[in-house]
Amino acid sequence: MRLALHLAWRFLREGRAQSILILAGVTIGVAAYVFVSSIISSLQKDLLSRTLGTQAQIVVSPPEPESRVLRDEGGVFLRRVEPPEPRRRPFDGWLRHVRTLESTDGVSAVCPKVAGPALAARGAAERAVLVVGADPSRLREIVDLASKLREGAYRTDGDQALVGDGLADELGLRLGAPFRVTTDRGPTTLRVAGIFDSGAASLDDGWVVTSLRTAQTITGRPGDVTELDLRVDDVYEAEVIAASIEAQTGLEAVSWMERNRDLLTALQSQDQSSTMIRVFVMLAVAMGIASVLVVSVVQRRGQIGILRAIGATRRLVLGVFLLQGAIFGVIGALLGVGLGAAFAKGLGNVTLFAIELEPSILIGAALISLATGLVSALLPARSAARLDPAAAIRGDG
Amino acid sequence: MSAETNDAMLELEAVTKSFGEGEARVEVLHGIDLRVRRGELVALVGPSGSGKSTLLNLIGLLDRATSGVLRVQGREVGPLDDAALTKLRGETLGFVFQFHHLVPALSVVENVMMPAALRAGGFDAAMRARATALLEAVGLKGQGERLPRQLSGGMQQRVAVARALMNDPPLVLADEPTGNLDTQSSDQVFELLRERHRELGTAFVIVTHDPTLAARCERVVRLVDGRVVADGTPDEVLEDRRARKA
Ligand SMILES: Nc1ncnc2c1ncn2[C@@H]1O[C@H](COP(=O)(O)OP(=O)(O)OP(=O)(O)O)[C@@H](O)[C@H]1O
Ligand SMILES: [Mg+2]
Repeated sequence: MRLALHLAWRFLREGRAQSILILAGVTIGVAAYVFVSSIISSLQKDLLSRTLGTQAQIVVSPPEPESRVLRDEGGVFLRRVEPPEPRRRPFDGWLRHVRTLESTDGVSAVCPKVAGPALAARGAAERAVLVVGADPSRLREIVDLASKLREGAYRTDGDQALVGDGLADELGLRLGAPFRVTTDRGPTTLRVAGIFDSGAASLDDGWVVTSLRTAQTITGRPGDVTELDLRVDDVYEAEVIAASIEAQTGLEAVSWMERNRDLLTALQSQDQSSTMIRVFVMLAVAMGIASVLVVSVVQRRGQIGILRAIGATRRLVLGVFLLQGAIFGVIGALLGVGLGAAFAKGLGNVTLFAIELEPSILIGAALISLATGLVSALLPARSAARLDPAAAIRGDG
Repeated sequence: MSAETNDAMLELEAVTKSFGEGEARVEVLHGIDLRVRRGELVALVGPSGSGKSTLLNLIGLLDRATSGVLRVQGREVGPLDDAALTKLRGETLGFVFQFHHLVPALSVVENVMMPAALRAGGFDAAMRARATALLEAVGLKGQGERLPRQLSGGMQQRVAVARALMNDPPLVLADEPTGNLDTQSSDQVFELLRERHRELGTAFVIVTHDPTLAARCERVVRLVDGRVVADGTPDEVLEDRRARKA
């Protein structure tokens, strides 16, 4: 092994120009691999966190027969997100369900929530809004409004409420300004304690956030909630967990995946194209290494013959050429991972989303590079090991 | 085993070698019988295409005979597999070739060390010391760290001689070791071989076209068309040649 490594290194040094060229090729290939993987993965994370940052991963609500019928006609999913009509059916035993769901595997947070439509008005300006009431510490696990506050503070005691910046602009609301919220139960006056900017228009233009109790009063559901919002450990498990919740509780559970089919499809096809790019890049790298080694074996027939004559075994010759492939793989991995990471970081400074360098991608790229080096060296190495020493020394055959 | 067998470095009995298959099959060696004793200095001569290199490759365990028996130090080599042949080759044989004398990728001293390194699986200080001493013995003191291509043809061939002796093999095979050298270098290299032969008792089989070199060996074997046609002292064999020419 030591000797094989020595010989491999000497051969690479002898064909320096070739070695450097193919090393550059491997480096660029691995860099492209790391770059593409990091960009796609960061982009996906960004898309996901933007989407899931402003909505529950699973929404659990009491079963609703007529809405099931509607579901079959398609195109009504949006109603689940923001029901346009008040629902008066009580959520029987919701406290008990909170406890069950909290101890369900894969569920990391549960937030009982009241959400009901209302008309917000200040002076002559009016807006249709959704009054949302929830315990702040629980709501934070679903939608972290506290971190998205542009002005004011997260306060929802008494008549204090949070509004989105879109709504604030529409109604001309400033901090401390009173505004009216009207439902069929009559008008209530609230005061702006904070203005948030979540980035999601439906929230920023339509949400009025109060305490659970205030929302219950405004929407006329004392002691009741309209839905339980859930966060799960693995976002991609949401659909499965939702299905098992439906099966076990008889409640209706809708996952973010069901509500965002288009996003999910987009993420999957991104995954596929990123895999294709990576496969083709590494294939090109493998062919580069293989062709350099094939030429190197042909050029070194005489040397290989002499080595065999003076006692080199087939295994040693095999090892010498496999190691050349491995050396390309290892050095290419080190340089390529560095270069790819640097590029990705560099691009991260100009893109709208943060580019994160995941250790799993870097390590994966390095391992794939090493494997590519070894695999592409396999055929040339075998042909070198099979060389007939007599023919190699004679210079034919 | 008789004393006679023990004395034999190399024995060939009715060895033939053919190349190709079917129609294209050519028999190059037709039943060679040959014995080389320990410590003999044998010249193998003959016209071009007579099969000298083919025979040397068989003796050198680089190629296999088509039929017949080949014994190295009393051991029959026919049944050995490639790994066993490689091992036997590394332990008992040294080679000096006409072309591809050295491994260009390795330094001079590494070339000389290589037979020992291949046996041990790596380099060590004792090897380096021995290789340096051998280089000195062939008149190449201080050239160890250079690359083969930086040396003249004669110097390269002297490195090849040093390498052939590295494992102190009982038999060294040389295929036209002086074939592409000028007279002076050729003389130097040949003298070196003869010195090693005298000092260490190493047996040599040297293929050569040069009658003056053959005349300086103890025994000359003449090959014509794949058969041994003469075998004896230089006087007998080379005399024979002169007689036929006249
Ligand atoms: N691998 C091979 N396939 C077919 N024929 C071969 C092969 N090797 C050698 N021969 C033939 O065998 C014959 C003997 O070749 P060999 O090289 O042994 O001759 P030689 O005596 O060494 O000649 P020279 O003095 O020119 O080196 C030649 O006719 C050659 O063409
Ligand atoms: Mg020849």
